[in-house]
Parts: sequence; C-alpha cells; structure tokens
Amino acid sequence: MINRPLLKKLTLTLVAWTAALIMFFPVFWMLVASFKTEIDAVATPPMLVFKPTLENYAAVQQRANYINSAINSVAISMGATLLALALGIPAAYAMAFFPTRRTRSTLLWMLSTKMLPPVGVLVPIYLLFRDVGLIDTKAGLIIIYALMNLPIMVWLLYTFFKEVPRDILEAGRIDGASRRQELFYLLMPLSLPGIASTALLSIILCWNEAFWSLNLTTSDAAPLTAFISSFSAPEGLFWAKLSAASTLAIAPILLFGWMSQRQLVRGLTFGAVK
Amino acid sequence: MASVKLRDIRKTFGRTEVLRGIDLEIEDREFVVFVGPSGCGKSTLLRLIAGLEEITEGDLLIDGQRVNDTPPDRRGLAMVFQSYALYPHMTVADNMGFSLRLAGATKDERDRKVREAARALQLEPLLDRKPRELSGGQRQRVAIGRAIVRNPKVFLFDEPLSNLDAGLRVQMRIEIARLHESLDATMIYVTHDQVEAMTLADRIVVLRDGAIEQTGTPLDLYNHPENIFVAEFIGSPKMNLLPVRVKTVSDDNVTVTLPDGGALDVPVKSDQLGADEQVTLGVRPERMRISERGQFVGQVLVAERLGSETYLYLQIEGGEMLTIETDGDSLARIHDRVAVEVKGENCHLFNSAGEAVGRAD
Ligand SMILES: Nc1ncnc2c1ncn2[C@@H]1O[C@H](COP(=O)(O)OP(=O)(O)OP(=O)(O)O)[C@@H](O)[C@H]1O
Ligand SMILES: [Mg+2]
Repeated sequence: MINRPLLKKLTLTLVAWTAALIMFFPVFWMLVASFKTEIDAVATPPMLVFKPTLENYAAVQQRANYINSAINSVAISMGATLLALALGIPAAYAMAFFPTRRTRSTLLWMLSTKMLPPVGVLVPIYLLFRDVGLIDTKAGLIIIYALMNLPIMVWLLYTFFKEVPRDILEAGRIDGASRRQELFYLLMPLSLPGIASTALLSIILCWNEAFWSLNLTTSDAAPLTAFISSFSAPEGLFWAKLSAASTLAIAPILLFGWMSQRQLVRGLTFGAVK
Repeated sequence: MASVKLRDIRKTFGRTEVLRGIDLEIEDREFVVFVGPSGCGKSTLLRLIAGLEEITEGDLLIDGQRVNDTPPDRRGLAMVFQSYALYPHMTVADNMGFSLRLAGATKDERDRKVREAARALQLEPLLDRKPRELSGGQRQRVAIGRAIVRNPKVFLFDEPLSNLDAGLRVQMRIEIARLHESLDATMIYVTHDQVEAMTLADRIVVLRDGAIEQTGTPLDLYNHPENIFVAEFIGSPKMNLLPVRVKTVSDDNVTVTLPDGGALDVPVKSDQLGADEQVTLGVRPERMRISERGQFVGQVLVAERLGSETYLYLQIEGGEMLTIETDGDSLARIHDRVAVEVKGENCHLFNSAGEAVGRAD
C-alpha cells in the first residue's frame, strides 16, 4: 500500500510539472522554430527533426536594429521603474504610517484603475503626447509605464512597509530622525528586499508591455516589443524570423528573471507565508 | 533636573476615550511605575509623554515647560520598548550611536559616548554584532544603552522585561535599579508585573480604565489600599475578600459577623457605616495564621509548596475560598481541615461601593 501523504505529494508534483510544461511549451516551440527554415517552420505535421540554421538570426539583424531596440527597452524599463519608485515609496510610506480614514479606499481605487482597458484612454493620451511632443520618445514611454505600474507598486510597497515594526520607526523618531531620515535610514534599508522585488516586477512588466509601445513609438524610441511586431508586417507572416526576433527580445529578461528568481519569489510571497 | 507634570490629560482614539483625565506630578529623579490590567491605558500614557501620540486634551509639562507640541526628540527623553525596537540592520555600536549621528556629532565623540555606555552595561565585546546575533537579555541591554547614550532627563520604559525569562528578569530588574541610582534621572516605568512595581518604584500609580485609582509608595498601596481594585491588584497572592455584615458600630471600631457566625472587631473609622450594612472584609494571605482558635475553618483544596513558604487554598463553610500563606514545612495536606485565625487590626473593610473605610489609627 502507498501511504497517503506520499500519494498526495506525487499528485501535486505531477500537476506542477504539467502546468510548468504547458506554460513553457510555446517558448520552447518558438526557440525551436527560430532555427528552422521558413518552409520547415510552417510544415504540417510539425517537423521534429530538421537541419538547424542561423539564417533567421542573420536576416533579423539585417532588417532591423536589434541593439537599438534592446537599449531602448533597458533604458525605458529602468527609467520607468526608478520614476515609479521615486513616486511610489513616499506614497506608500505615507499610507502605511500616517493613514487617514480614506487610505484604504484610496488604495483600492488606485488598484481599480488597473481594470480599465488601456485602449479606453488611448486617444486622449495620444493627443496629449502629440501636443507636448512625447510621441516616439523614451521619456514619453517612461512616463506612461511608470504611471501604468504605479498602482500595483504602491500597493506592494505598502504591504512591505506595513511589515516593518512600528516600534523601530518610533525609536528612530525619539532618537531624533526627521521623516526623511526615517525613510532613508530606517524604512528603506529595512524593506530593501521588498523594494527590490517591486522593482524587478516593474522592470519585467515594462519590458513585456506592448500596447503603449506599439501605439506611441515608431522608430526612435521603439523597444523590443515593437521590434518583434515589425516581423509580423504587411508582407505576411514569417514564422521563423518572427521566432528569432522574439527569442532575441525575451532572452535578456528571461536571463534577468532567472538570475533574480529567488529575490522575486521571496518578494511576491512575502506576507503570504507568515 | 526633570520633573514631569500631567494636567488633566485626556486621549481619545476615534470615539473611545482611552485616558480620562490624568493628573500627576512626577518629581525630579523619582522612579514612578504605572501598573494596571491589560488595556487600561498604561502604554498610551507613556507614549503621550514620549510624544509618539498626540494629547487630545490637557497639558504635559516637563520642567515646567509645556511640551504638548514639542517633537519627541526635543523633549529630552529616551524610551525603552518592550520589543527592544533595535535597528536590525545596524551594529550594536551604530544602534547606540544613531541619535548622536542624527544630531551631527563627530565620529570621535560618538565612539567615546557609545564606549562609555557600553562599558557600564558590559556590552563592549558585542559592539560589532547585529541585533539578531544577540540574546534577549543582551538586546534589552543594548536598548537601555541606546537610551543612556542620549543622556536624557527622563527615561521611559514600556514593559522592558516582559520578554525575558524569570531569572534574567530579576537580574535586569536589579540592573535597572542600579542604573536609576547611578544616573540620577527621572524614570517612568510601565509594567503589569507587580513585583517589578513594588521593588523598583518610589511611587506606584495604579491605573484602571484610563483613570488613576491610587498613587502612593509601594508600602502605602500595600497597607492602605483605597479601594477593592487596588487591594486586589497589589500583593501576591491576592488579598482575600469576604462578604460580611456589620453587626455593631462603636467609636473607632466596627464589629462584623463572620460566615461562621462569630464576630470580629476591626479598628476602622465607624462614622461611615451603619449596623446591618453589607461590607467586604479584606485580609492578605500572609496575615492569616493556622491556629486552634481560628475563626475560619476550611478544607484544603490545593497546597502550593514553594520551599520557603506554602500557599494553601481553602474552601470555608459557606463556599467562599481563602488563600493563606504558611510555613514552608507546613504539614497540611489536601483534604485536611484547618482552622485559620485573623486579627482585626490586619483587616481592611470596604463599603458597598468598594471604597476602603478609613483606619482608626
Ligand atoms: N492606536 C490606537 N487606536 C485605537 N485604540 C487604541 C490605540 N492604541 C491603543 N488603543 C486602545 O487604548 C486602550 C489602552 O491601550 P494601551 O496599549 O495603552 O493599554 P495597556 O495598559 O498598555 O495594555 P497592556 O498591558 O496590554 O500593554 C486599549 O483599549 C486599546 O485598544
Ligand atoms: Mg502596553
């Protein structure tokens, strides 16, 4: 007889692996396709054995400026994250430690703005950006990404700050720390893991964002998401080249996510496993 | 020099009034202990003095200066928290020197003052450690050290020892007493451990539901509690309380009828009481003696042997419970019947409102 805990563990393991494989499969398929010729890539039934080629990568390099888009992606993700942190940290600090009667509902309201479909505000934002000259600029995307992620970042920072014992900040206050010193010398160092995982999440969200980047950039400020989509262009779909472009686009963030995995998991399950 | 004066201090959180008019004068270098049951407002009162909470109404004066609106760091006080509240990311030395660093002291001055305080508390070998590498007792010492470094006029302690084990608690208690002696500072100390209160305090303030019940020296409260609440709260084990009836009243003497029908003369001021009135008789366990001629006869339900003394929990006729303290080598055992004697001059009387009837002496 198999004992029950073991059976339960086996089932759970099986479910987890299945889910992981299902999620990973498209990425894997894309990676494989990027090494096929265009003909092989669209063959039905799909070819599992084929002669790998690098010609897609060469073609992609020729037709578009990968390096430029990658630099844009990095600059915009980092810039937007820093801007959102600069706004979000003081906001979360105020809400966590000097709450008013409406703090709770303010937080909920901020989060609810995330439920609005972005396309609903596309036209006003587009017109606004056009008038102030932010179309196809990195600054424009930085601003819109920072605003886009701000609600969720404030919310996360708020929960991290709430975990910091009040006593410690009060001891600081008695020791003579001003609000600013309290924030910089005590609260931020103490919630550094939380701030780091909030920043990581923001970078990933910015990196993967496509709606605004496609609508608000043309070439100068185009990040990698726009770079990918340029391969599903009017001339028709080139599966293999699209796959190669996508692989190039997600490789840096995948690598980055993999390196910071522990930090990210720790941050996102923070509080849930007390 | 630091006196602290509270004038009709009130505090409300939302709609609930947590402190309901506190009047208190704390003298320079006095050691005052706030005691009271959980939730009575001890911590709130301390935090008001510290400046961590706003005072809703009333005046707080330190050295005659109204400080209601002065920020905490400019009130010249230091606080030691129950949770220690050390800065986890700083070393012991940095923890202790944080206030000096904020005040812009030079590194040399900071080092000197931190070392000085560390020496007094035997913390020198620990200066480079982080708080998580310290034991509970050491953390508490660092918290006290951090307070000393600020050279405050007033020390505030909020149940500083309640997270320590019994042995360490006694040791730290003695250290705090010595500290008070050597620093010549005013100290305000919150606890609900009445042994701490009795041993440390120059004066104890008993709080209940946000108001002061009684203020006095430890022995004052022990010998002359003004009401049943204080009588029960001070002293361990608790004072025995028995409902009795006044039999006769004469000059400076009240005779009450005991549950067994016998009579007991209690030397208290009689003018407030009339015959046949229902009152409460209070006797401390340590003032009751096993004796053949005892007025109370009861059966031993539990015997607690502490070595130096024994506590017997008796059920007397009429169902009331009594606690008595007797010798460590007492032979009394469970189910034994024992007789207990009480002397009238060791008794307290409380009227039906729970207030003590004044002593005749
Ligand atoms: N920030 C607050 N908001 C609302 N009510 C509060 C707040 N702080 C304290 N109270 C209430 O005030 C009352 C007194 O609390 P306080 O912490 O002063 O009690 P205490 O005497 O220190 O109790 P304990 O011995 O348990 O520490 C309690 O009823 C508590 O619920
Ligand atoms: Mg308290």
